[in-house]
Amino acid sequence: MKFPISMVIGNEKKQQRPRSKVLRRFVKNRLSVLGAFIVFITLTSAVFAPLLSPYDPNMVNTQRRLSPPGSSGHFLGTDDFGRDMLSRLLWGARVTIFVAITATLMAMFAGTILGLLSGFFMGWFDILVMRLIDILMAFPYFLLAITVIAVLGPGLLNGMIAIAIVNIPFFTRIVRGVVLSIKELSYIEAARALGANRYRIIGQHVLINCFPSIVVAGTLNIGWMITAAAGLSFLGLGVQPPTADWGTMIASGRQYISVAPHVATLPGMAIFFTVLGFNLMGDGLRDALDPRLKI
Amino acid sequence: MKEYVVKRLLLTIPVLLGVSILVFSVMHLAPGDPAVIMLGPQATKESIEKLHQELGLDRPLVVQYFIWISKVVHLDFGRSIVLGREVFPEIWLRFKATIILTSASLTLAFLIGVPAGITSAVRQYSIFDAASMLIALAGVSMPVFFTGIVLIIIFSMNLNFFPSAGMYSPRGGDFLDLLHHLFLPALTLGTASAAVLARMTRSAMLETIRQDYIRTARAKGLAEKTVIYVHALRNAAITIVTVLGMQVGYQLGGAILTETVFSWPGIGMMMVRAIQARDYPMVQGGVLFVAAVFVFVNIIVDIAYAYLDPRIRY
Repeated sequence: MKFPISMVIGNEKKQQRPRSKVLRRFVKNRLSVLGAFIVFITLTSAVFAPLLSPYDPNMVNTQRRLSPPGSSGHFLGTDDFGRDMLSRLLWGARVTIFVAITATLMAMFAGTILGLLSGFFMGWFDILVMRLIDILMAFPYFLLAITVIAVLGPGLLNGMIAIAIVNIPFFTRIVRGVVLSIKELSYIEAARALGANRYRIIGQHVLINCFPSIVVAGTLNIGWMITAAAGLSFLGLGVQPPTADWGTMIASGRQYISVAPHVATLPGMAIFFTVLGFNLMGDGLRDALDPRLKI
Repeated sequence: MKEYVVKRLLLTIPVLLGVSILVFSVMHLAPGDPAVIMLGPQATKESIEKLHQELGLDRPLVVQYFIWISKVVHLDFGRSIVLGREVFPEIWLRFKATIILTSASLTLAFLIGVPAGITSAVRQYSIFDAASMLIALAGVSMPVFFTGIVLIIIFSMNLNFFPSAGMYSPRGGDFLDLLHHLFLPALTLGTASAAVLARMTRSAMLETIRQDYIRTARAKGLAEKTVIYVHALRNAAITIVTVLGMQVGYQLGGAILTETVFSWPGIGMMMVRAIQARDYPMVQGGVLFVAAVFVFVNIIVDIAYAYLDPRIRY
C-alpha cells in the first residue's frame, strides 16, 4: 500500500519558506523595489508600445531629420531618417526585451533539463554533459555568441539562439549544484522509500527545490542578455535595420554623436536603466529567497 | 604543487580538443557549401572546385579535421578569403593590439576596483561605501559600447582631451601617443570589471574581517593597516584572483565591442569584419586562438589559487 508522501514527511507546505516572508524581505529593500518599478515601467512600455507610440516607428520624414529632443511634435526628437525617437524607443523595448527574455527562457529550459538529469543520474551522462559545458566555457561569452552567429548568420532569431546557447552552461551548473546538494536529503530518500519513481522525484521534489535558484539566476541573467542582444545588434550581427531595436539604434546614431548625440544616447540610457532595474530586482530576489547568498 | 600543475595542464588537452572540434565545425555547420558561401554568388564552377581542393572539402569530414588540426598545431590557419594573406600573422598582429587594450583595462580595473572594495568594507555603511557601491552597480549595468560612446562625447568631443579612434596618430606615434589613444578604450572596457571587482572585494573583505583570526590580530595590538592589508587581504585575495580570472573572459569578449567603438585594430574588430564577410578561415583562426589563450589564462588563475591557498587541490 502506498502512503501519500505528506503523511510520512509532514505537510510540505509547512516546510516551504512562507511566501509572505520572502515578499516582506523583498519589499524591505528599497533598491529592489526601485528595480522592480523600473522593470514594471519598461515591460508596460514594451507591451503597450502600439498604444503609447505617437508615430509609426518606421515612418520616415527627411525634413525633420535629427531634430533635438523637445522639438514640436517630437518629445524626444528624431533620428537620421526623421523617425520619431520616442516611438522607436517604445517599439525597441519590445524587440530588445523580447529577445532577452526569450533567450533567457530558452537557456533556462535547456540548462535546467541538463542540470537536473546530470546531477540526478550522474554516471556517463553527467561526465558527457560536464565536458561539453567545459568546452563551451572555454570560450569567452561574447566570442562564443558571435561564433554561433558566424554559423547561423546574422538576424533576430539567430541572435536569440546565440545568446541562449552561451548561457546554457550557467544554468546547467547552477541546477546541477542544487540537485547534488538536495538529492541525498532525507525527504528524497523518503519519497524513494515510498516507491516514487525517479522521474516523479525529479519533477515533484527536486525541480521544485531548484526553482528559487533558477528564478534568481534567470532574473540576474536577463540584464546580461539585454546587454548581449543589444551588443550583437550594435555590431550588425543581431536584429537588422530598419527594425527598431536599442542596439541598432545606438549603432546608427553613433555616426551623428557630434551633431545629434540624443540619437545614440537615448537608447543607451534605455538599456542602462532597464539592465539596472533587472539587476536591482535580481539582487533583491536573491537576498529575499536566500539571505545566505547576500553580497 | 608540481604534480598539480602537470595534472591541470593535462586536463586542458581534452578541452582544447573539444574546442578545436567545435571551431572546425563552424565552417561545416553553416548551411550551404562553404566554398560557395566564401566565394559569393558570382563564383564560377572552376573557382569553387579549386577552393574545394584547396580546403580539402572533397574529403571525408574526419580526414578534413585531422588535416586542419595538423596544420593548426604548426600555426598554419590557412589563408584569408578576403585579404588573401596568411591568417596567423594577421591574427598575431591584431592580437598584440588586443592584449595591450585588455592588459591596460584590467590594470585600471584592478587599481580602481580593489581599493574601492577594501575601503567600502572597512568603512561599511559610510557615505563612501554607499556611493562606491552605487557607482559599481551603475558600472555593471552599463553596456560597454554605450560607456564608450559616452566617454567619446565627454572626453573627445567636448573636452578634446583624448582621441576617439585608432591606436596611433596618423603621422605615427611613440609610446606616449599610444597611451593617449589607449586611455579611453581601456577605461571603457575596464569600467564594468572595476565595478565587479569592487563589489566582490567588498563582500570578500567583509567576510574575512569578521573572522576570529582578525580579532586575534587586533587583540595582539597590530596596527589596523597591517590587519587589513596583510592579514585580511591575503584571504580575500582568493576571491579577487577568481574575479580577475573571470574578468579575462569578459575582457576578451568586451574587447570585440570596445574595438569596434574606438576603431582599435584588435582581434575583435577583425573577427566582426570576418563574420560579416564570411571569411571562415579568419573566423576559425581568430576564435580558436582567443579560446586557447583563454584556456591558458584559466590555468594560470587555477595555479594562482593553489599558490594563494595551499588547501586547494582538484
